[in-house]
This record gives sequence, C-alpha cells and structure tokens, in this order.
Amino acid sequence: MAISVQNLTKYYGREKAVENISFEVKTGEILGFLGPNGAGKTTTMKIITCYMPPSSGTVEVDGYNIFEHSMDVRRKIGYLPELNPLYLDMNVVEYLDYAARLQGMNGGTITQRLKHMVEVCGLGNMRHKDIGELSKGYRQRVGLAQAMIHDPEMLILDEPTSGLDPNQIVEIRKLIKDIGEKKTVILSTHILSEVQATCDRVIIINEGTIVADGSPEKLQQEFRGAEVITVEIKSNESADAIAQKLKSLANVESVERIATDGALSHSFTLMTAKGSDIREELFNRAVAERWVLLELTRKGTSLEEIFHKLTRAES
Amino acid sequence: METVSQYKNIVPIFKKELRSYFNSAVAYVVIVVFLGIVGWFHSNSLFLNNVASLRLMFDIVPMVFLFIIPAITMRLLSEEKKSGTIELLVTKPLSDTEIVLGKFLAAWALVGITLVPTLVYYITVASLGNIDHGPVLGGYFGLLLMAGVFIAIGLFASSLTENQVVAFIIGLGMVLAFFMFDKILPFVPAWLTTTVEFLGVDYHKTNIERGVIDSRDILYFLSLLGLMLYLTILSLERRKW
Repeated sequence: MAISVQNLTKYYGREKAVENISFEVKTGEILGFLGPNGAGKTTTMKIITCYMPPSSGTVEVDGYNIFEHSMDVRRKIGYLPELNPLYLDMNVVEYLDYAARLQGMNGGTITQRLKHMVEVCGLGNMRHKDIGELSKGYRQRVGLAQAMIHDPEMLILDEPTSGLDPNQIVEIRKLIKDIGEKKTVILSTHILSEVQATCDRVIIINEGTIVADGSPEKLQQEFRGAEVITVEIKSNESADAIAQKLKSLANVESVERIATDGALSHSFTLMTAKGSDIREELFNRAVAERWVLLELTRKGTSLEEIFHKLTRAES
Repeated sequence: METVSQYKNIVPIFKKELRSYFNSAVAYVVIVVFLGIVGWFHSNSLFLNNVASLRLMFDIVPMVFLFIIPAITMRLLSEEKKSGTIELLVTKPLSDTEIVLGKFLAAWALVGITLVPTLVYYITVASLGNIDHGPVLGGYFGLLLMAGVFIAIGLFASSLTENQVVAFIIGLGMVLAFFMFDKILPFVPAWLTTTVEFLGVDYHKTNIERGVIDSRDILYFLSLLGLMLYLTILSLERRKW
C-alpha cells in the first residue's frame, strides 16, 4: 500500500472536520477525492502531508508513519496545496530551485530535474519570468512542477484545476494523467467530470465521513437507479402490439408510448430494473421482429446524480 | 530518526530571504535611510563635541533600529501566512526551527550589512584623532546583539498575524518596551528598579559598549533572543493544535 489512512479524526477546536476516515491507496493509483466544499478533503490532505497532526488515527506513507517518520513521509510526497500558493516575486527557475533545495537536493541533480520539469510542464518560455506575471494556467504548471521537482513517489493535489479556464483544465488534466502513469496521485475536486476524466478510483466524502468508495464505473453500477430508455421503432405493426412485445422483455418494468406524428414509427420510453442494461436484448429483439430501430437512448445514472444523492441526503 | 544534519536546511531559507531583501527595494531603502539618519547626527555632533569617539553614533543607532528592524522583519512570516506559502514551506522535509532560524539569520545579516558602511565613520574619526578602539569594538558587538534581540522580537510579531502592518506595530511596541525599561526607572518603585533596569536592552548594550564584556549582559541578550525565537517556533506550530 502506498498510502494507508487509518481511523483519521480531526477536530478544529470543537468542530469536527473529519471523522474516523480509513482508506488505502495502491501504488500507481489515481484517487479522486470528491466532496462538497467543507467536506474534509483538504483537512485529510493536510494531515497526510504532515501540515498538521490528526486528533486521532494515523497515516502511513510507504510504511512510514506521519508521526515517527515525518521527514521521510515529506520526502516521498509532492504537494500542491489548495489555491496554489506561490512566491510572486520570484521567477520560475528561482522558485523551482528553492523548492528543490528545501527538498534537500543538491546542485547537479537540481539542474537536471529543473530542466526536466520545465519541459514536462511546458514552462520553457516562462523560465525567467516572475511568477506574478504568469497567467493562472502557467502558475498552476509552476505549482505542479514544484510538487514534482524531487521526483516524489506520491502526489497530493488539492483542487489542481480550480480557477482555470476550460482549455487550461483539459491541459492540466492531461498532465496529471500522464504523471499518474508512474506515480500514485490523490487529487481532490468538487468537479465530477474531473474524476471521471482522470481517476481510477473515487472516494466521495461528505461531512467528514466517506460515503462511497470505488472505481467510477463501480460506483455508477452500485448506485444506478431505474434507468430510462427511449426507443423509436419503425414497423408495420401497431403501436400496441409493439408495446406488448417490449413489455415481455426481461427487466422491463413499464412501457409508455410517446405520441409521434409519423404513421409508421412509434416512440416508447421504457423503465428498466435497477442495475440492468437491456439495450443488447432490445436490439436482438428488434432484429428478430424485423423492426427498424430509429433511436435508442439510455439515460443512465451519472456520477453527478450519485454525488448529489449521497451528499444531499446527509445534509 | 531525524538526526542527520538537522540544521542544513537553514541555508536555502537564509539565502532566499536575503536575496529577496535585495531583489525588492527593502534592503536599499533600509541602508539608505539608516545611513542617512545616522550619518547626519554623527557628523553634526562630531565637530561640536570635538572628541574622537563613536559614542554618539552608538547612541543614535538603537533609535533607528527601533523603527527599521520591525520593518525588516514584519513580512518574514506574516506574508507567508497570508499568501499560503507557509503551507508549502512547513510540508517540506525541514523543521519549523530551521525555518525560523533561516529567516532570523537573513534579517540579522541584512542589519550587519547595513552597519558595514558605518566603518567609514570609524576610519575617519580614527584618522582625525586618537580613538580608543576597545569601546568601538564593544559598541559594534553591542549593536549586533541588540539587533539580534530586536529581530527575534520582530519575527515573533510577524508570526502572530497575517497582516504586515499589524506585525510592524506589534513589533515596534515590544521593541520599544524593552528599550524603555531602563529609561522609566524614576517611575518604578524602588524595590523593583534593579529588576526593571536589568530587563532593559539599552542598559546591557551600554554595559557592553564600555568595552567590558560581562557574562551577565551576554546571558541577557542570548536568553531574550532564544526565548523570542522559541516563542516564534511555538507560534508557527499553533497550526498543530
């Protein structure tokens, strides 16, 4: 296990931020930490990165405990805090050099890594510009470069794409995905498409507790409710006859006809049982019956709906 | 555990802070203002008194320190807290002690650099008349110790707030308090005078300036400096509470 979080609880004064969270992250996994603002994502990340200790529970990073081997843990982690704080009066190279030296690296290796990071993060033309002059997208790249300068095994990224425009988001996501091929990554976000686009696994957290944990696909499966399928069929048969036949398909719970103007085509919405996918069967049936399928649409449960369901029910 | 070269990370922090003093206008403004004020008072009175001594300069410098040092230290930690870079800094593999010491030494170095040009006064005065070298050496030594204490106080003030102006005012207030202790003796009950006098920074600096180095004075400076740095580290660690 790359990261193992055990029974983490954190109080700020009397206020509970995180309660009894446990999870593990495998080496090479990209874990998405999803939750509404104030759910405890940042708190958990701050504890893993040794910014502050938990009230109870512990974290082990590659077998190193955050209490007993804090310095070893820090060396293994690259951290991009929320809002990506930077020294605006330093230029890119100076800043990365400083970050590298704070990681305990020395001369030769720094030059090499610096060159590499500038290349990987696409900072070539910005090398000698003050960070204060850079656009938000470039600043984010500098933040990522800073987090990776010492070639850490793990990256912890707190809302890495917040405040970026859609193009920059796509670029940064791609960058994270490339990095994630070799490294263990935990990234937090409240943007759902981000998780679907980049993560192997999702943990949904709400009010300090984990409410769901699994791959995006698995979560979709688990929380799939009744699905709605819309079909448009062209056939000589009457609408009623078709409806009857549709209803006889396994897992179809109800069939409803939608009024259409075309005499020969009929539209229906089918409600299907939870967790089922009848599209293949439906297609085969259509072939057997010599129906022409003009439309077949499934409205599944998106991660978004799962998220809303989980985080709203609790609050 | 973490015993290997515990203090080596002071170096990058020290360098970064010192460089940022010179990259921004801070260092130059400090040097110019300091030399301007000290130079004016020094040259004005030197010929009036007609004594080959740097006494007057050593008396003026602390007054300038009172204002300049809190200005030097005010952003050291408050700025990091405000911009959030403190989070980056404290999650790197280095201790809070190293962070505080690195910043402290950078500010101290800046004050040291600021004092270097005043050696010109020393050289000119020495060439004009017969100067006693002992008190000059003691004077510089005292000034540096005093600056160290003021910087430690200013750094502590900076650790308390995200706001530089607030940090400056707290720093100025505390520095002024330690400077005034031995000046308010007439208002202090008799049984307290020795204690209050002993708390005064200027009292100990004057002792050292005489060219007689007493371990009690050194002990005073070192313990006050150490205490303030310790409080700064505690204040940084407040995030862990």
